[in-house]
Amino acid sequence: MIRVEKIYKNFGDLEVLKDVSVHFERGITNLIIGRSGAGKTVLLKILIGLITPSSGEVYYEDTNFYSLDKKQVRKLRMEVGMLFQSSALFDSLTIDENIRFPLDMFTKLTTKEKTDRVNYCLERVNLEGVNKKYPAEVSGGMQKRVGIARAIVMKPKYLFCDEPNSGLDPKTSITVDKLIQEITQENNITTIVNTHDMNSVMEIGEKIILLQDGILAWEGSKSDVLVRGNDMIQNFIFASPFLQRLKDKALKNEND
Amino acid sequence: MIERFIYDFGRYILLLGQSFGGPRKTKTYFKEIVRHMHDIGIGSLVIVALISLFIGAVTAVQFAYQLGGTLIPRYYIGYIVRDMTIIELAPTITCLVLAGKVGSNIASEIGGMRQKEHIDAMEIMGVNTASYLILPRMIAGLTMIPLLVFMAASISIAGAYLASVPMGFFSGDEFVKGLGMFYDPYNVFMMFVKSVVFAFIVITIPAYQGYFVKGGSIELGNASTAAVVFSNIFILLSDYIIALILTS
Repeated sequence: MIRVEKIYKNFGDLEVLKDVSVHFERGITNLIIGRSGAGKTVLLKILIGLITPSSGEVYYEDTNFYSLDKKQVRKLRMEVGMLFQSSALFDSLTIDENIRFPLDMFTKLTTKEKTDRVNYCLERVNLEGVNKKYPAEVSGGMQKRVGIARAIVMKPKYLFCDEPNSGLDPKTSITVDKLIQEITQENNITTIVNTHDMNSVMEIGEKIILLQDGILAWEGSKSDVLVRGNDMIQNFIFASPFLQRLKDKALKNEND
Repeated sequence: MIERFIYDFGRYILLLGQSFGGPRKTKTYFKEIVRHMHDIGIGSLVIVALISLFIGAVTAVQFAYQLGGTLIPRYYIGYIVRDMTIIELAPTITCLVLAGKVGSNIASEIGGMRQKEHIDAMEIMGVNTASYLILPRMIAGLTMIPLLVFMAASISIAGAYLASVPMGFFSGDEFVKGLGMFYDPYNVFMMFVKSVVFAFIVITIPAYQGYFVKGGSIELGNASTAAVVFSNIFILLSDYIIALILTS
């Protein structure tokens, strides 16, 4: 579990996050949603320590992240996996070397053990046999899955995903979403996904946090959106007239 | 402007400190060192050889012209070319060229990694990115650049011979006699001191510019330009300081 307490973040005069307190649970997919500029990426980067908050605390279980020294932070980060929006795969390395990279850096596994682990991770994301290819030689959706494989290769306790569906077609998005959800449940890890994709929200949103202008505006699950969602979350998720009509129809059918 | 300089200098020193920190995996670092040795050393051979050849040639021809009609013996040209090359031209010109070739490449490569979130990805894995990205380049540069400078000095002297003797400015014997005159090994030591200091500048200043780059392609271009400009300035400045210290 990750707990955030009273986080504030300012960039000069601009207040990006205001008094955000929330906890992200283990074994489920936690989604951070919100409009562009709402503070989602800043919150995610604060959670993983790439940006320091102006004030507030972040707890990994009972450990205060911002009270750790550099060595302890590095140790904790070995329990963290991250899927970047751009996948952030190293261009000069093959897919195999990309996934193997953290194993080479931090483990004392034998070459065979590393190969087995890499192959297991590739199998888990349904990408067997692409070991020798370079990131530029595979599609965007495959790069995302390689990113997931690299994120889970060290068996992390915490998985962060920044816009995992950006640039992907709807079908591939669902595949990536399902993969993230399955990995979360199989390994009982704390997963936090930062997304714009409303399909993801309604598919895998076991816990949803809506940020609006840097403030935590709503918190609930996908099933809560229709039942106890306020106007803010409903207008955000069902933003298009098409989705609005679908929602009205669904509610009408339910009432009938 | 002074405030900015102090800020950058402080951050540069901190980055250097961080680059010597752990954790390090020798095998992974060794691979990186070999890769950068190849890029810096083999990758710069042709340009350094070409420039050195012509510098030696032009120096010999110019001195032959300057000393023509004077009472100074012609074999002095060999002596002048040797010392000018060893003490000044080989280390300084080679490293100014390498600041452009290797320095801009380092700034763009590390800056590109910053922009494509590769550095963030490594940070999150727990990698000491300053160490992983800078230390292997530093070791490769400190090994290969002095060797390139030594090669440049040798080629430059050969260039002086090839450009002057066949043209009849002086005889081969005169040139060789001049090369052997007043030889002081301390000058070679000075050349290596300069090349090590310049190598450090050529690697670390561009690495700093690339590591902290922000924004898009324009900023990356600016960082690359700044890397070359500042490397050149600091090479010339340190050249003067080394000359003062080692010749006083």
